[in-house]
Amino acid sequence: MKGFGLFWWDFLVGDTPEITVVVLVTLGVIALVRDVAHLNVLAYIALPVLAIFGLTISVWRARRRVKT
Amino acid sequence: MIATVSGTSTTLVLVLAVFLAATVEMVEALTIVVAVGHTRGWRSALEGTGAALVALGLLVAIFGPTLVRVPLDPLRLVVGSVLLIFGLQWLRKSILRASGYLDLHDEDVIYEKTVASLRAQGVSVGRDRTSFVVAFKGVFLEGVEIVVAVLTLGTSAHRLGLAIGVAVIAVVMVAIVGAVVTRQLSKVPENLMKMSVGVMLVSFGTFWTGEGLRVRWPGGDTMLFVLVVLYALVVTFTIRLAQRPMALANGVS
Repeated sequence: MKGFGLFWWDFLVGDTPEITVVVLVTLGVIALVRDVAHLNVLAYIALPVLAIFGLTISVWRARRRVKT
Repeated sequence: MIATVSGTSTTLVLVLAVFLAATVEMVEALTIVVAVGHTRGWRSALEGTGAALVALGLLVAIFGPTLVRVPLDPLRLVVGSVLLIFGLQWLRKSILRASGYLDLHDEDVIYEKTVASLRAQGVSVGRDRTSFVVAFKGVFLEGVEIVVAVLTLGTSAHRLGLAIGVAVIAVVMVAIVGAVVTRQLSKVPENLMKMSVGVMLVSFGTFWTGEGLRVRWPGGDTMLFVLVVLYALVVTFTIRLAQRPMALANGVS
């Protein structure tokens, strides 16, 4: 069980926790925008924008780590 | 008519994503198996490979039918989120490699390292446990990523059979090419392939996360193509922006 848990932790978090955090935040934001505010257009625009934001943050973090 | 075009676009992206993911992972596994076979003999290397393939097949056989029974909306939400994380990790690595911040995956170097490490362990008489374990681990660990791609993409698109078939074709194709040239496939443009798979995984992840959260996409499934183009442009732009001066000078792309 421990090994199974460690596998999924490494698979979904590993050395890129920022990606996991951004995806989880994205789920919350889109659920709110779609189901509470009922703004479908904003939801389908925000979803890829937040994914791109997560990718940019992660690449920027890795670059900074390599430089230092 | 629109439904046919939508269904075709989903199937096309699914086939491409699974095929490229399976090919790129199996090329990496092949390097390890060839290194083991050349250094310590083929029998145990092939036995380890066979055992790993059986174990991977069992994973698909156990989890595939279970996932198919899960209601579509929650399944797509979970699978979409996993694909988003998985795909963004692949894209991040490909961007860093293409822009010169990480070394490109070099099959020749991996081959030499594996051979050196196996030679250092000496020769064993009879059945070679080291060969078996190294080949098993190499194929199984690379194969798990294929299994994840097959299960997530296949079950969410209700095309598990097609996803399995495409993955098997890719694995057999790499094995045949590997057997014909009897060496690792170092000329395969792995980073470009990984980048393409990453773009497709993130596109599927975005699309299905939206479906799971009841977002209505304009154009239905056709939106997948728009997402693929959007992410491909973003990746190209990010590589240009992030490129290390040294990588630019050396023509790394």
